[in-house]
Amino acid sequence: MSQSFSDGTAATQYLTVNLADEEYGIDILAVREIRGWTPVTRIPQAPGYVLGVLNLRGAIVPVLDLRLRFGLTREEYSGTTVTVIITVASRLFGIVVDAVSDVLDVEQNHVRPVPDMGTAVDTEYLKGLTSIGERMVLLLDADKLLQPQDAQMLDAALNAVDDVKAVA
Amino acid sequence: MSTVSLAQFHQVFFEESLEGLDAMEAALLALDQGGDAELVHLIFRAAHSIKGGAATFGFPDMAAFTHEAESLLDELRDGRRATDGAIVELLLRTVDCLRGMFDRAQTGQPLANAQSDELRQQLAATVGRSVVAPAGKTIDKSTAQSGWVIQFQPHPGMLAGGNDPLRLLRELAELGQLTVEAQLDRLPALDALDPSECHLGWRIELIGAATREAIVAVFEWVEGECDLSIEPLAQVATAQPSNIVEAVAAPAVQNVAAKAVAGSNDAGSVRVGIDKIDGLIDLVGELVITQAMLDQFREEFDPSRIALLQHGLAQLARHTRTLQESVMGIRMLPIGSVFNRFPRLVRDLTQKLGKLVKLEMIGEHTELDKTVLEKIGDPLVHLVRNAIDHGLEMPEKRRAAGKNETGTLRLEAFHRGGSIVVEIVDDGAGLNRDAIVAKALQKGLIQSADGLSDETVNELIFQPGFSTAATTTDLSGRGVGMDVVRRNVTDLGGSVAIKSRPGAGTTFTITLPLTLAIIDGLSAAVGEECYIVPLVSIVESVQLRADAVRSVVGGGELFRFRDEYLPIVRLHEQFGCPGAKQQIEDGLVIVVEADTGRVGLFIDGLIGQQQAVVKSLEANYRRVEGISGATILADGSVALIIDVAGLVRMQSRRKAA
Repeated sequence: MSQSFSDGTAATQYLTVNLADEEYGIDILAVREIRGWTPVTRIPQAPGYVLGVLNLRGAIVPVLDLRLRFGLTREEYSGTTVTVIITVASRLFGIVVDAVSDVLDVEQNHVRPVPDMGTAVDTEYLKGLTSIGERMVLLLDADKLLQPQDAQMLDAALNAVDDVKAVA
Repeated sequence: MSTVSLAQFHQVFFEESLEGLDAMEAALLALDQGGDAELVHLIFRAAHSIKGGAATFGFPDMAAFTHEAESLLDELRDGRRATDGAIVELLLRTVDCLRGMFDRAQTGQPLANAQSDELRQQLAATVGRSVVAPAGKTIDKSTAQSGWVIQFQPHPGMLAGGNDPLRLLRELAELGQLTVEAQLDRLPALDALDPSECHLGWRIELIGAATREAIVAVFEWVEGECDLSIEPLAQVATAQPSNIVEAVAAPAVQNVAAKAVAGSNDAGSVRVGIDKIDGLIDLVGELVITQAMLDQFREEFDPSRIALLQHGLAQLARHTRTLQESVMGIRMLPIGSVFNRFPRLVRDLTQKLGKLVKLEMIGEHTELDKTVLEKIGDPLVHLVRNAIDHGLEMPEKRRAAGKNETGTLRLEAFHRGGSIVVEIVDDGAGLNRDAIVAKALQKGLIQSADGLSDETVNELIFQPGFSTAATTTDLSGRGVGMDVVRRNVTDLGGSVAIKSRPGAGTTFTITLPLTLAIIDGLSAAVGEECYIVPLVSIVESVQLRADAVRSVVGGGELFRFRDEYLPIVRLHEQFGCPGAKQQIEDGLVIVVEADTGRVGLFIDGLIGQQQAVVKSLEANYRRVEGISGATILADGSVALIIDVAGLVRMQSRRKAA
């Protein structure tokens, strides 16, 4: 992971993806594969940004739409729309982005902290930003995208409901 | 020569020894019930193997400890000591202690501790000598004899085991002065002589102060491969060669026990019978042949050969199905491996509580998926404990009630439909309705017991934190019980039902799926989506007319099915499916059953029946209520599998809200 490059000169590779005219970088070591967009199976009671699950060679993998995750609206799924399969903490999930564009070497000392800029993007999913020439690339914190606390909170809520029912 | 590290064999030694300990325990319990000498031999052999292994693999503490137990067993085996409850108890504690030693050996801790030292002293004292006393002081009455006559008749196959009679004789010679006389009566004619077999027998006179143990020790490794009799010199005249080890019977018993236990000990491996493997290899062979046959069509396809193609495809389908069944069969283990722990548990509990209980186990050979098997143990232990602690009464009370003083606890496993049913039946007092009601009122689970059926009251014991035991014992009654049992079983896709009659006893019925990995299901269309409904939970599907549905206050819908009214669950509402049929008469209602009740599931229609390989949603996502997993359809897309019990729960919650 990038944290281990404390000398500031080592480079981490990022896969850059396009989303609503912005460019985002995903740590390439977290990227498992890139697939063309295919319809997924919807899951009930899922947050809106979780589109559903797909079959990745026998594994059931949830897919979330990065636009919806960031509170943007989803337009058409076009020919360039892709699903990037990401591994975080041995869990797999897919994120749907408008297009993949590039692989960048980003040196650690070129990563700047994210200013609180009130963009459409919630800054908690970003771990920094960097610029390549004129382009600004927002570096995504993949760990935070499919927030485990979401799942835990939901489970806790369900259990609470069970308990209430038991008492009733 | 390179040195071979023995450490690589440790794991095997541990596994075998633990199996041996389980076999010992089972045999000890059977012995307690008045078993025969076979059992003593079995126990002795198990202890002996452990001792030998421990010495070989560098666990001297364990070897020394087991040696004491073995000495005691030797006395039992030779009939010098009668088996009684105290001895069995002592040996059972020895088994426990050895298990502890193996645990410590696996984590690399010192094997001996205060407990094992004390037990070792106790064993040694029981044998009749203290640990430090020289071996010569044994209480063996025959020690004083100045010599022995040994009849040694090796079985023909003894040489194949790598045992050389000459070496044994040399060892004997070290004990005293030998007079050896070869017995040639079994020697066949020259043309029938197989030089790899042992045909000779020996009558050996040993003059010296050797103990019987010392002589037996010489023949230790050929036990079971020879007929051996050791008689004091004076009694020679009447000496008959007796087969001291039932070579065939004892190992067979042990193997059965060991096989049954295999599933419960190791977490990561399954021991599979050779026949199952051979069956698989045959099948794969068939598949390869079919594949080769179908492969011809890739080169040149002649329409005239379409019949052959169809034949090949049908064969492929058949083989695939059989292969699937066989592979699933590998995961199937007999439930006996779980039942095995109960004789000991029941014995310990009854002794502690002063109750008399007869344990009956039926259907131990019923096979269950390994995953299910691993998770069903704890719930079963809990139910058995409850039955003994709360269910069965004290002997006096039973006598007063006109029942046999000895209570009966029956564990029974059998197939019913696509499921395995495990019943825990006791003939105890039955559930105490008043106590349950009082407890439920106290806990605020119910407002009043009026009008509650006995079934409803019985169901209350599955509520969290429910325990009616007046006093909390260390056995059960900690209040974390039946709800956990039910949750564990439900997690496995099974259900628990309870039947109880005051004074006559209680029956818990656990219904479990045969396997978790593949289910039979019906695919149901809801809007544009497809869900799998497990076949086992489907009772019937009906098409309802609009006027057959009654709306009740609060927006619920009921329909009449046979002689009961069932709520309708509109799947498209529960799961928010777009484009689904709204009118009852347009779609189909499938009546599904869970342990919590029946409901009618409203769907658009059924697509067909199929087997579904169950995949976990939780592996990458999380639990979804009303969904038990996912499966992959023939076109590669994902379909979700409906968790009927969860859906019924969701429905009743909506009703409550």
